[in-house]
Amino acid sequence: MTSKKKITVAVSGLNNIDSPGPGIPVIRALKESEHFDVRIIGLSYETLEPGLYMRDLVDKSYSIPLPSSGIASLLERLKYIQEMEGIQVIIPNFDAELHSFIKLAPQLKSDFGIETFLPSQEQFESRHKSVLYEFGEENGVKVPYSKMIFSAAEIPALKNEFSYPLVIKGKYYDASIAATSEQATNYFHKISAKWGLPIIVQEFVSGNEVNVTAIGDGKGNCIGAVPMRKLYITDKGKAWAGVSLDDQQLIEITNRVIGNSKWKGGCELEFIKTKDGEYYLLEMNPRFPAWVYLAVGCGQNHPEALVRMALGEDVKPFETYDIGKLFVRYSFDQIVDLSDFERISTLGEL
Amino acid sequence: MQINKNIAISDSGFIFNPSSGDSFSTNQVGLDIIRLMKEGKKNEEIISEIVAKFSIDESTVEKDLGDFSLMLRSYQLLNEND
Repeated sequence: MTSKKKITVAVSGLNNIDSPGPGIPVIRALKESEHFDVRIIGLSYETLEPGLYMRDLVDKSYSIPLPSSGIASLLERLKYIQEMEGIQVIIPNFDAELHSFIKLAPQLKSDFGIETFLPSQEQFESRHKSVLYEFGEENGVKVPYSKMIFSAAEIPALKNEFSYPLVIKGKYYDASIAATSEQATNYFHKISAKWGLPIIVQEFVSGNEVNVTAIGDGKGNCIGAVPMRKLYITDKGKAWAGVSLDDQQLIEITNRVIGNSKWKGGCELEFIKTKDGEYYLLEMNPRFPAWVYLAVGCGQNHPEALVRMALGEDVKPFETYDIGKLFVRYSFDQIVDLSDFERISTLGEL
Repeated sequence: MQINKNIAISDSGFIFNPSSGDSFSTNQVGLDIIRLMKEGKKNEEIISEIVAKFSIDESTVEKDLGDFSLMLRSYQLLNEND
């Protein structure tokens, strides 16, 4: 038996809360790797991210500056962390931080020897909610008609292009279904106050939501894809339980999207399947979803595949996955010593 | 009428549709009907087997089978091409 290669991987998205980040599921996947013995460096934005205190999963943690601080301060912080830890791969897991990491990727590699496996800036922008309609046309997948608005004053005129109900969406997160222009105005203010402008207005398509967690090699190959239907949804619209599906058509669409766009890295595709069996792409998230551990449970360890590709290994596409596997999330109270909270709060390390 | 080929049915009456992720439970009569459908039996054959096994009159079984089939169709468990 060959021994596992020891590596150090930094992972963000440790907010394992009711609207969870993908960090902890990604870490669980890496800890179960058959190829690597992984030391995990957690990167956090807030002192109460639960992953900070999960010592069995996260070996050491550092706080990093918010994306709004700019990439210079992020680079400075990563330089310090790298001097301490010798990181080989970074997996950023927040939409809002990806722009910075994509921009820094060449420098992280050349100056610090840190690998990433991220989409290009063009790929990242191409699937943005505001241009998803065009993305769908380019990649042969149906997308509900949408447009960006920058002011609530534009809402009354929406009736010329849309019929109610319609969907009001934030730039990065949040979506609400508005049945009237008054509701649309209300959601516009609520969501823009939280996530800023623009707001995306999208045609409402009725049906069942089905999602796919997938990974592309950046050369037009879909390395893995597992479709899932949410079985239990929280009031924030997050999956609290879900089941893997046997849906060949969905796999084919995913292969087409990943192949055409030459997507590099992990992603989540969110679809609506209509009563007539048609699929509409609602969103393409440019990172693994928080339920990515279901893929591991189904026999496809996507985070491990990402790390292997980041390290230059040739990874063959997964060909099968288990159908009818469920994930059921749970909450858990960790007991934390004040000294740990003090350390991350004052020193930014734990 | 044919049950979709990929539908998983257990001895306990638990039914799982792997295309939609939906799951259902049925009683022994429902389980027997689904099994007979899977075997490709015609409606008349299903009715006579249920009548024989559960000692119910034929018209009741015929009506219940019609209702049950409608339910299976609405849950997308039947092969619509059939």
